[in-house]
Amino acid sequence: MVQTQNRTAASTTDAGDVLLEVKDLKMYFPVTSGIIFQKKVADVKAVDGVTFSIKKGETLGLVGESGCGKTTTGRAILQLYKPTEGHVIFEGQDLTKLKGSEMRAMRRKIQVIFQDPYGSLNPRMTCGDIVGEPLTVHKLTSSKGEYRDRVSELLEVTGLNPYMADRYPHEFSGGQRQRIGIARALAVNPSFIVCDEPVSALDVSIQAQVINLLEELQEQFDLTYLFIAHDLSVVRHISDRVAVMYLGHIVELADRTELYENPLHPYTRALLSAVPIPDPVVEAQRTRIILTGDVPSPMNPPPGCVFHTRCPIAIDDCQIEMPELREVSPDHWVACIRAEGWNEGTPIA
Amino acid sequence: MARTLLEVDNLKTHFFTSDGVVKAVDGISYTVDEGETLAIVGESGCGKSVSALSLMRLVADPPGKIVDGRVMFEGQDLLQVDNAEMRSIRGNRMAMVFQEPMTSLNPVLTIGRQITETLELHQNMNKSQARERAEELVRMVGIADAGSRLKDYPHQFSGGMRQRVMIAMALSCNPRLIIADEPTTALDVTIQAQILELMQDLAQQFGTAMIIITHNLGVVARYAQRVVVMYAGKIIETGTAQEIYRNPSHPYTLGLLKSVPRLDEVRKVSLDPIEGLPPDLVDLPPGCSFAPRCPYVYERCTQETPVLMVHSDAHTTACWRHEELQGLKTAASVS
Ligand SMILES: Nc1ncnc2c1ncn2[C@@H]1O[C@H](COP(=O)(O)OP(=O)(O)O)[C@@H](O)[C@H]1O
Ligand SMILES: Nc1ncnc2c1ncn2[C@@H]1O[C@H](COP(=O)(O)OP(=O)(O)O)[C@@H](O)[C@H]1O
Ligand SMILES: [Mg+2]
Ligand SMILES: [Mg+2]
Repeated sequence: MVQTQNRTAASTTDAGDVLLEVKDLKMYFPVTSGIIFQKKVADVKAVDGVTFSIKKGETLGLVGESGCGKTTTGRAILQLYKPTEGHVIFEGQDLTKLKGSEMRAMRRKIQVIFQDPYGSLNPRMTCGDIVGEPLTVHKLTSSKGEYRDRVSELLEVTGLNPYMADRYPHEFSGGQRQRIGIARALAVNPSFIVCDEPVSALDVSIQAQVINLLEELQEQFDLTYLFIAHDLSVVRHISDRVAVMYLGHIVELADRTELYENPLHPYTRALLSAVPIPDPVVEAQRTRIILTGDVPSPMNPPPGCVFHTRCPIAIDDCQIEMPELREVSPDHWVACIRAEGWNEGTPIA
Repeated sequence: MARTLLEVDNLKTHFFTSDGVVKAVDGISYTVDEGETLAIVGESGCGKSVSALSLMRLVADPPGKIVDGRVMFEGQDLLQVDNAEMRSIRGNRMAMVFQEPMTSLNPVLTIGRQITETLELHQNMNKSQARERAEELVRMVGIADAGSRLKDYPHQFSGGMRQRVMIAMALSCNPRLIIADEPTTALDVTIQAQILELMQDLAQQFGTAMIIITHNLGVVARYAQRVVVMYAGKIIETGTAQEIYRNPSHPYTLGLLKSVPRLDEVRKVSLDPIEGLPPDLVDLPPGCSFAPRCPYVYERCTQETPVLMVHSDAHTTACWRHEELQGLKTAASVS
């Protein structure tokens, strides 16, 4: 491959400041049938060829509707799944090829924060033990006292009170549990955190608290985030760049401002136009692109462009093949053969 | 002047639990006009669902009890009518759409059977009339291939399609009022838009009044004429959608609006969250329940509970300082 000449979405930026590169990542889950002899009958193409990169200190937002493959992408980066195909290159090393101790060392640098602040914490462990466990596992503290100090420090930086260390998860509110999850992720001094819908389960007044915390920590500890969410307003606030996923593919990838102000993929436009704005006067002036129908099953994605079945501007050619992500203007990537076909009276948000 | 369809007056629903009395709904009053869409907004646990279930008299008893109030609907106090009468009002004159349609659909009956059953029961239709009407309803809510989809079971529908079925069922008896409790919370944003547009179209077409309950302030800005904001079992502000969003006058409403990032706004340096947590409904603080989190709190707030005070046409606020706050807000936006 002539990677040097062709820019790809993974090699957008100077190699120097890239922390993570995801290249042609595919994650298929086999669907089996039969009770005794399990036979593979099909694949769920949860992630079907995804390419992007994240710079050091940056937040890349990953948005899309449920089932489009966001969590699977995150889990494949974390090596919780062995990808069907493709590469995950972190600090220059291909994680898909690492073994044993090399992998364990890498694991420390990549952490995750989950959506569900209820399910993701062990109910039988105290808050302090949950936060401190990674310290023990990775042997990061050398004495009881040092361990206690570090746990207190972690609780403090995430806005919890060190005296809460002896309490159990059920004694905390949703927002506080999310803080515990964040403190635990920070315990090992990671450089990269996959935040998988970290505020989706929280009430709006609490969401803002957690988002501010994540931003403060990023600044303080020089963190890089992959921020997965379905709330486009939150993603606009927190991300430097945003990738939009649909049915296992990234359909658009651009700088935050560019993506929100000049969306080119019809799916991005529809998604943005569907996001409600809390102001009836503004709402009354917006036109909506109401998509018809439901998202097709990733087990049986439509041929050609996966979006063509719901696309308001699809033409016959859209049924031939899935368009590649192409760079239509500097750092603005879109996978649509008609991306330039807008602005001819097409209603937008 | 539109006629008042529903008048809720000092409704109180409490749960008597081993931890104490949960004052889930604690003296709320509001009205809904014929054909109007009213939104009830507030964070989880503030009593939205319990208030809706109370109107339908569907609160689990025990531990729940409607301890006070009146619910006047088409001239009758629903809290006084007998059970048989209430059953006929439910699903006939007023209907409900829930957040998770799967739990309100019967998994072992076809969609068609579930719709025809209510039609036969409430509308005295015979089998073939009911079938015909069911097909018409399912087509009306935008389900393609209505005739054959009636033979399918709930699990064969996607979340958005199931919500359409629920709306078809709610509409089946031409109700005057539909109460939709977080109807789109479980749905993706593009499907959410489809469902809300559908509900609005149908409500307009049939002149049905709607109460839409949601924790997402954005969702209702486009669809509600009036908004009721709840906090800890009480209504703290009511007004037209325009007033509530453009001129919020309770510190809680203001805080909610400021804490969410907006799609149409340039990025702020950081968000302005409401500090602290909602109170425990078993052990409410004295005075205003929002006082512990309120940036404008002063002495009176922790001693006396503010009542809803009318301060302009169709705008009421339960805050001792709402007048001063108007001034503070203007000052803040200037600076
Ligand atoms: N372990 C698994 N086995 C089989 N299918 C899966 C598995 N995990 C996810 N999927 C499927 O892959 C698709 C993408 O899922 P996911 O990545 O969780 O989406 P998102 O996070 O965007 O909602 C969905 O259709 C989902 O049902
Ligand atoms: N069956 C019940 N027993 C005890 N408390 C209940 C019960 N149902 C609801 N509650 C309490 O009533 C309050 C209001 O609940 P709900 O109306 O469901 O809130 P919302 O719909 O606004 O999220 C909550 O504090 C909840 O815990
Ligand atoms: Mg997910
Ligand atoms: Mg509720």
